[in-house]
Amino acid sequence: MALVQALGLRKTYRVGDVEVEAIRGIDFSIAPESFVSFVGPSGSGKSTLLNMIGCLDRPSGGTLRVMDRDVATMNRKESASFRGRNIGFIFQDFNLLPVLTVYENIEYPLLMVQDTPAAERKSRVMTLLAAVGMAEQRDKYPSQISGGQKQRVAVARALVTNPKLVLADEPTANLDHQTAYLVIDLMKKMRSEFATTFIFSTHDQKIVGEAEIIHTLEDGLLKSSANQGEASHA
Amino acid sequence: MHNLLKIALRNLLRYKRRTLLTTSLIVLGVVFVLVFVSVTGSFKSMMIAQNTDAMLGHFQVHRKGYVASIDNLPLNMNLKGGAIGRLEKILTGEKEIAAYSPRIKFGAMFSTYVETTNIRLNGIDPERELATAPLLATRVLDGKKILGRGELWIPELLAKGMKVKVGDTVVIVATNQDGSVNGKQLIVAGILESVTGPGGRDGYLHIDDAAEILRLEEKEISEFALRLKDFDQLAPVSERLAGLLAQELNQQDKPIFELHTWEKLSPFFNIARMIDVMTLFIKLMLIAIVLISIMNVMIMAVYERVREIGTMAAIGTLPGKILSLFMLEGFCLGVAGAAVGNLLGVAIIWILNLSHISYDFGRQEGLILQAGINWPELAVISVIVIVGSVLASLQPAFKASRLDPIKALRHV
Repeated sequence: MALVQALGLRKTYRVGDVEVEAIRGIDFSIAPESFVSFVGPSGSGKSTLLNMIGCLDRPSGGTLRVMDRDVATMNRKESASFRGRNIGFIFQDFNLLPVLTVYENIEYPLLMVQDTPAAERKSRVMTLLAAVGMAEQRDKYPSQISGGQKQRVAVARALVTNPKLVLADEPTANLDHQTAYLVIDLMKKMRSEFATTFIFSTHDQKIVGEAEIIHTLEDGLLKSSANQGEASHA
Repeated sequence: MHNLLKIALRNLLRYKRRTLLTTSLIVLGVVFVLVFVSVTGSFKSMMIAQNTDAMLGHFQVHRKGYVASIDNLPLNMNLKGGAIGRLEKILTGEKEIAAYSPRIKFGAMFSTYVETTNIRLNGIDPERELATAPLLATRVLDGKKILGRGELWIPELLAKGMKVKVGDTVVIVATNQDGSVNGKQLIVAGILESVTGPGGRDGYLHIDDAAEILRLEEKEISEFALRLKDFDQLAPVSERLAGLLAQELNQQDKPIFELHTWEKLSPFFNIARMIDVMTLFIKLMLIAIVLISIMNVMIMAVYERVREIGTMAAIGTLPGKILSLFMLEGFCLGVAGAAVGNLLGVAIIWILNLSHISYDFGRQEGLILQAGINWPELAVISVIVIVGSVLASLQPAFKASRLDPIKALRHV
């Protein structure tokens, strides 16, 4: 069964008096434990699509089911709760909480979202800290570590709740190429280690190649989908 | 809650200068209110105590209509034998009354054989009077602290004006109810400090001497002054007693007695009420300071942390927790302001007391300021500040909790 399934998915925004169609009726499905990338130029609808998959936004038309839940029917509180239990987020700007240490940032979703018992919390955070190679930096604040390290912490934070799905919107946009590859490698490694589905958006062609499945978006339409380099037109 | 509190405190410490400025403003407000309440409260308590414990008693009972003509000290409005007995029966049955004292009040001529002037006099039973108005003896500036038969306490101003000293013989001349004049030689046993308030410039003599001068054939009194065991019980006891007294009727089925608390008898009560109104306004100013400063700082905090709020919301933090986080920040500011303000206020009051600041009130000079710390007021001020802080945080906190994560994450 598909982890994410979209049928005739549409998203329309109103900017003043003008209606902007960001997603114009697309179909796709994403299988569990896959490593998927949505690519396309700026304004193609990547972020809008990821926001809807992440239950941060609702579709204007069509259906979008994530883990068999219809995204359109969830209210604000239900979607927050659903995200907290099932989805991890990695942001372009890392978005670590500046008043929390590396350890506390990773611990945050367990503490504030899931109310996980202390012993289990510690065990999971320590495992993730070791997995992303940040154990020695655990007591540092975000302002005391580099961009690449911040993104590794963000990957650990996204995975700490054992989510079925991790969404990463332009996760390498603010990193140099070498660091960007390291972060993508880390995400791949984590996918295997934690049996999680990773969906990320990017417009960096070099990074795109790292994905197993590549969906190309253009003006809100799915132009092509390629599996492990074998392109097939949608 | 502990983790939210930890994050709230760290966020406050993150903007140290702003937190310090806001807290300082609240501290200043708390200190100002606390010192004001303590100084005015002590002044008020001192004046109330002086009115009640040195002159009036906590309340008084007269014959119905007496107080309306009290300026004339009408002898024909005195309570007589039967009524006195009925009244004493009621008063002795009231457990909250610590003491009561009969008084005969009358106007008289005061003569030194050289000069003559008028004087208002109170005929008292010295022991019962001191049990009812214990501070009366402290007003004796010179002479005996207890009054005997044939002796007189006169007010300081009269003594100065008439050049009378303790031990001098004077004559008191008064007209009785029937219009006949009688006089009696008395010895000045004490000079009384003149104080502000009703009866503050009256003289005192023994009740038996007063009865003799007025040629009273049976027992008569102008008023009973009463003292309660607990001053805070004034309202319920006076209400209960007024109810009992209202049942005592004369032959025309009209009430015999009337009861007045000190508040009705002393014009100082209006000053006390004015002090209370001023205190209320000062507290309202404190509320305004707290609301404006906390709301301002919390609105800034939300505005500056929109992306953080978006991140927290995106990763699944429920709106209620985001609301709680910002309200906790306001709560912490309020608690810090109240705690430091209270400590500083108490220290300033302590220093004020050590400084022995003196002030004048009416004819009284050199009164020493003894500002007491009003603990219930301190608690009220703390509650005002903390509740005000939480309320002021409510709107910014609600706004933070309702932020759309997508818009918040895009915020620059």
